[in-house]
Amino acid sequence: MNKLLLAIRFARREMRARLSGFRIFFACLVLGVAAIAGVESLSAAFLTGLAEQGRTLLDGDVVVHLVHRPTTDAEVAYLAHRGRVSETVSLRGMAYALKNGVEADRQLVELKAVDGAYPFFGEVALSPAQKLSAALACDGDICGAVAEQTLLDRLHLGPGGRMKIGTQIFRVSAVLNSEPDRISGGFSLGPHVLISNAALQRTGLVILGSLIDYNYHVVLPPNASIKDFKTEATAAFPDGGWDIRDRNDAAPGIKRFVEQVTSFLTLVGLTALAVGGVGAAQAVTAFLDRKREDIATLKSLGADGTLIFLVYFLQVMVVAVAAVLVGLVIGALLPFAIQYAYGADIPAPAHFAVYPKPLLLAATFGLLSAIACSVPPLARARLIAPASLFRDLVAPADARGAVPYLAGAAVAAALVIALALFLAPSPLFAAEFLGGTAAGLVALRLIAEGLRIALRQLPRPRTPSTRLAFANLTRPSAATTGVVTALGLGLTLLATVSLLDHTIAAQVKDRLPGTAPSFFFVDIQPDETLRFDKVIRSVKSVEDYKRTPMIRGRIVAIKGVAAKDAPIAPDAKWAVNGDRGITYAATPPQGTVITQGQWWPANYTGPTLISFDQELAAGMGLKLGDTLTMNVLGREIEGRIASFRKVDFSTGNQNFIIVMSPGLIDHAPHSFLATVRVAPADEENLYRAVTDSFPNISTVRVKDAIAQVNGLLQELSAGVRAASLLTILSGLLVLAGAIAAGSRSRLYDATVLKVLGATRSRIASVYVIEYGALGILTGILALGVGTFAADLICREVLEVSLNFDFGVAALTVVGGGAATLVFGLAGAWTALSARPAAQLRSP
Amino acid sequence: MQNSAPAINLEDVTLTLSSAAGPVSILAGVSLTVGAGEAVTLLGPSGSGKSSLLMVASGLEAATSGRVTVAGTDITRMSEDGLARFRLGHVGIVFQSFHLIATMTALENVAVPLELAGVRDAFERATAELEAVGLGARLDHYPGQLSGGEQQRVALARAIAPHPAVLFADEPTGNLDGQTGADVADLLFALHERSRSTLFLVTHEETLAKRCGRIVRLKDGRIVADTRAA
Repeated sequence: MNKLLLAIRFARREMRARLSGFRIFFACLVLGVAAIAGVESLSAAFLTGLAEQGRTLLDGDVVVHLVHRPTTDAEVAYLAHRGRVSETVSLRGMAYALKNGVEADRQLVELKAVDGAYPFFGEVALSPAQKLSAALACDGDICGAVAEQTLLDRLHLGPGGRMKIGTQIFRVSAVLNSEPDRISGGFSLGPHVLISNAALQRTGLVILGSLIDYNYHVVLPPNASIKDFKTEATAAFPDGGWDIRDRNDAAPGIKRFVEQVTSFLTLVGLTALAVGGVGAAQAVTAFLDRKREDIATLKSLGADGTLIFLVYFLQVMVVAVAAVLVGLVIGALLPFAIQYAYGADIPAPAHFAVYPKPLLLAATFGLLSAIACSVPPLARARLIAPASLFRDLVAPADARGAVPYLAGAAVAAALVIALALFLAPSPLFAAEFLGGTAAGLVALRLIAEGLRIALRQLPRPRTPSTRLAFANLTRPSAATTGVVTALGLGLTLLATVSLLDHTIAAQVKDRLPGTAPSFFFVDIQPDETLRFDKVIRSVKSVEDYKRTPMIRGRIVAIKGVAAKDAPIAPDAKWAVNGDRGITYAATPPQGTVITQGQWWPANYTGPTLISFDQELAAGMGLKLGDTLTMNVLGREIEGRIASFRKVDFSTGNQNFIIVMSPGLIDHAPHSFLATVRVAPADEENLYRAVTDSFPNISTVRVKDAIAQVNGLLQELSAGVRAASLLTILSGLLVLAGAIAAGSRSRLYDATVLKVLGATRSRIASVYVIEYGALGILTGILALGVGTFAADLICREVLEVSLNFDFGVAALTVVGGGAATLVFGLAGAWTALSARPAAQLRSP
Repeated sequence: MQNSAPAINLEDVTLTLSSAAGPVSILAGVSLTVGAGEAVTLLGPSGSGKSSLLMVASGLEAATSGRVTVAGTDITRMSEDGLARFRLGHVGIVFQSFHLIATMTALENVAVPLELAGVRDAFERATAELEAVGLGARLDHYPGQLSGGEQQRVALARAIAPHPAVLFADEPTGNLDGQTGADVADLLFALHERSRSTLFLVTHEETLAKRCGRIVRLKDGRIVADTRAA
């Protein structure tokens, strides 16, 4: 205790002389902490917003979701008894603009039919403003509809215009600006249109077996328990196939997205802290070098190693705490800045406030990182020999004393990793990310150190400029290794992300159109199939036409254990989180690759057999002969697994994780799904031919869907690349720190060179060679490590071949070189512009 | 003045350091006994090993072989921290380059060894020591605000403040001009007289050396002469 008080007293005295040389340490820590605090605060704002707005987003306390069928009378009575109920029905359909009574432009739309009670919470914003019930009311044969502006633009309709959906004509009463429960609906393939339930019945689209989602929004009485409702409803209708969502998890997709993006960005923030850590360690080392004489003096006066460590550790921690506080303030303000900048354009509800938990988390990450990075050089400081006051040559100190301190630093680093893994929604991903980052850091450091040693072995360059530049890069105290490691890690992340982005974009843009169909057709009714086949085959360039029966169903039990209780790997969970398409077939569909087991005989009529996706089977622990239970149209169907198949989702073709043997499922009401590929010149003809003849069939242009997915991917990759710039910024800060640390010796070199007759341009050439070589070397190393990482992810995770991009390569190498050069020359400006006489006169 | 128990006893001490060019022998079998309260000068040309012998004797550096006993304590195999604690109670050192801590005032610099030793009235004693060396008016001045002579006087006060058994001084006037150097030397000997501590002085100045009762001459890491004043 006395030692600590003494250390505090000594540290306070030392700090009176202003803690210089800590700007980069400070900036790196501020950057990392601000990033984590900002991202986590923003996430908390969204998650709180989602939780607070749960009732509005769901438009009820609970929603009972059914696919293919509405509730039975008994079910309606049960729900009505439990609270106020509103029914909304969602499906896809084709909307046709009517011009002079003739069908003109057409467009796939997301149709939502609502009753008079909708919405319970919030409001539907229309322009011109009016009551929703009035906008949707039917007047004789024509019913009202409200549609998003995108649809009106595509159909060239204005308010008051006419359009036809199914067999019903609608008058566009208003533009649909927003729906309170929009984001809980998920991904849309077309613009939204709201109509009334009564009007939906007139469209002729409501056919049993069609892909229709029925949602029953229930507002429970005050104090009623959601948990009790769920338990009792499931008990009351055990075979109902009810998928019940509640206001506490109103938009699970958005919530999951926010959590995953937060986790990724927090990991990037940690990478920035790790990059900054390289600079922090350099700053502490430089600080202790300047204090070397003071430390030796204190030791000669009787201060022991522990006291020396404490005196300087406390000073470094004062800087760290100040940086963390500044970072927290910036991070806490970030959500408010975003609110100010984007305001009403923010797509999800958010409650902007100062959240203590994210700030505490960021502070913990920041301080632990500061300890992990600064303790190793501080531990070495305690080894400084007092004999160094007399001469440079001293007996080496016993390094064993530093071991507990190094162990402490390792514990701090381990705590950072453990905390990151504990908080991540996907610990495996977090572990892979952090493992990759650590491996990248180690690889860059080893290669950089190896190169520095290798460069020293080369013959001395003949020209003085090159000789001096190479000497600057290879001398023992050169910052080369640190800069290559820190800046290199940022560039590596950028190269990895850009190469992955390029590969995925190439898959979506180039490869997919080559293998993917031109159209998807949904809700082909059994009595339309022959006519539909004929229309398709009337187009000459038709290829790969496939028409498959399809019904939606949910996996409710695995090997007899309820799906919610069954042990399922995280990457297989999606298959039981909602309805999946199910088909049946007597013979293996074209292109089927059976990896285990056998297909059933073509004339098989026995108990239901299943062919299942092999990867999901592994995630669910399924073996041949195990059972799967599906709920289809409120009936439970159990089947035994007869074979496993390889299902490739990357082709964009029809893919079913579950194929059943005929005999039971084919008797359930169902529709057909069809895909076809045609020459681009025939696309419009085919589109017209199908939509002219089958107004009830939803026609999806794959080209449009790909463009939509591509757009989303572009936005996502732009965000990821922007995040990776954070680590580059951190790397540049480390570079700036290294340049600042070497400025004194650079000034001395420049003065001597000037005295000897070197011009400023000649001296500048030394820096151009030095920093250019350093930057390009860093870029090449980062490209190499980044390519290796991207290739590994492509092969092991995405299961595609890496699509190398020379643009990315050039950007990494040239960008790295240019950034280093600019920073280097800016830092060397003082040395270039200083007058030698002034330098020689100064002591 | 001289007591029977030796203040410093070196037995066949060697010091060899490794360098990039190979091992360098600094001290080659030095044996020396200095009595308590004695004033000894170590004289020799540059590179003879004077400062290294001072470092070994003061516990700033461990000998490669041999035995070092200071103030009755065998410090030969002491750890780094053990040596630091030993210096606290027994040894005061004055350097040629003063080695004051730039961020501390004169008073704080002098108080440091007292604070390290846990002395309660460290600042009162430090004030008294500074007044004793004529710097009572400069207590709150930083080293950068003091002249070379004043800095060395602060260093002397710092070395003598904990009442060490042995006072080591390495070329204490080497960085000072003639008159200032003479003043500092007077002060050094006055403090030695007053404190009755043993003085172990390293210098290459014959006139300063002659002020001690005993002169030990060193060459190439070996003692070549050991003479006492008549």
